[in-house]
Amino acid sequence: MIRSEGLVRRYPGFELAVEALEVPPGRFVTVIGPSGAGKSTLLRLLAGLEPPDRGRVELGGRAVFLDQDRTVLERSVLANATFGLELMGVRRSEAARRVRPWLERVGLAEKLTQPAVSLSGGERARLALVRALAIEPDVLFLDEPTQALDPGNVDRVEGLLREAHGQGRTIVLVTHNLYQARRLGQETWFLLGGRLVERAPSERLFDRPREALTRAYVAGEMVY
Amino acid sequence: MTLAWAEVGEIAARSLGVAGAATLLAALFGLPLGVWLGSRPRRGRMGAQVVLYAGMGLPPVVVGLLFYFLLSRSGPLGGLGLLFTPLAMVLAEAVLAFPMIAGFTLAAVRMRAEGVRRLVRGLGGSERQVLATLLWESRRPITAALAAGFGAAISEVGAATIVGGDIRFHTRVLTTAVVLETRKGELESALALGAVLLGVTLIVTAILVVWGERR
Repeated sequence: MIRSEGLVRRYPGFELAVEALEVPPGRFVTVIGPSGAGKSTLLRLLAGLEPPDRGRVELGGRAVFLDQDRTVLERSVLANATFGLELMGVRRSEAARRVRPWLERVGLAEKLTQPAVSLSGGERARLALVRALAIEPDVLFLDEPTQALDPGNVDRVEGLLREAHGQGRTIVLVTHNLYQARRLGQETWFLLGGRLVERAPSERLFDRPREALTRAYVAGEMVY
Repeated sequence: MTLAWAEVGEIAARSLGVAGAATLLAALFGLPLGVWLGSRPRRGRMGAQVVLYAGMGLPPVVVGLLFYFLLSRSGPLGGLGLLFTPLAMVLAEAVLAFPMIAGFTLAAVRMRAEGVRRLVRGLGGSERQVLATLLWESRRPITAALAAGFGAAISEVGAATIVGGDIRFHTRVLTTAVVLETRKGELESALALGAVLLGVTLIVTAILVVWGERR
């Protein structure tokens, strides 16, 4: 469960201000909006990775945040996959046993000993997701996990996310891909200029947006 | 060559011991400091960065002079009786190696700090785990930092001469021996000692590089 009240975060020339938000357990929320709208900032605030200047966030359960850089460590694919578990104090051998089925499912089982830095963008995205899912988080915060991926890799990543959601995990996903936001989200938030313009069940927000700005944005107009 | 090979070996071993101990001592403080500073935001590290980078150009004779003042009988630490001992040389050389190790580590860590912090914190790791991961992830460039620190320690002659005194079988190291042999006109011995110095430096650097390249 995620709950926030009166979040404010200021940077030079930018202010994010979002009133009360609540995400019940097991909900899949997608966050859309143009670049600079404050989506990533909101995600970091909700994940507790950045302190708000005002307001507060309550986060229930273990949360994991995946950034859009898909950072990999200068280690093997297997060592990268086990990294999250090892941070939690799980022994390497046990962690390797736990991540192996995940790596097989995402097609990385043949590359266990390969340096992770040699992986393609799509493989890195899958590895980053495996690393996060292996620690069985209650809440997943994802910042554009399929950015710059080909449709095949997008489909594999979305498959993993659907499955994680099916297991009852709460997911908040930032994306520029409106089709993806609609495909995956149960609820969608539209941010613009640091303000939450509209939040609604995804289908309703895309089909019958209440706000003129949302209507324009989902219709592909330039609202910046 | 007038110098016996046994004595060359003894001098080389002392050089390696003194420079190695100085590098370890400098690394003990320089690595954590470099990692910590490298992981800080720019505003929080700029002043220290300037001091460390400037410290890379510390003249060994000035460091030697400072230690001579501190350790000489009338100096504040004169009671310790460290002047003209290998330990005094270790301390002076550690001061010379420290900015190299801390400065290069800072530069290496800075490149990866943001991504590693986001990754570790995003997975629920602590700030201490961020620093430990940064240290490990920067091991290759840190190898260069250690090599530079060792190079500064083993190759310097000014501080070693002033605080060590170049005493035969006690504080004579390869660099001070090269100077002595050259002054005596024993160029063959000086060249042989120089070759040994280069060899020792190469071997230690090779060990560091192999260690750093491990996966």
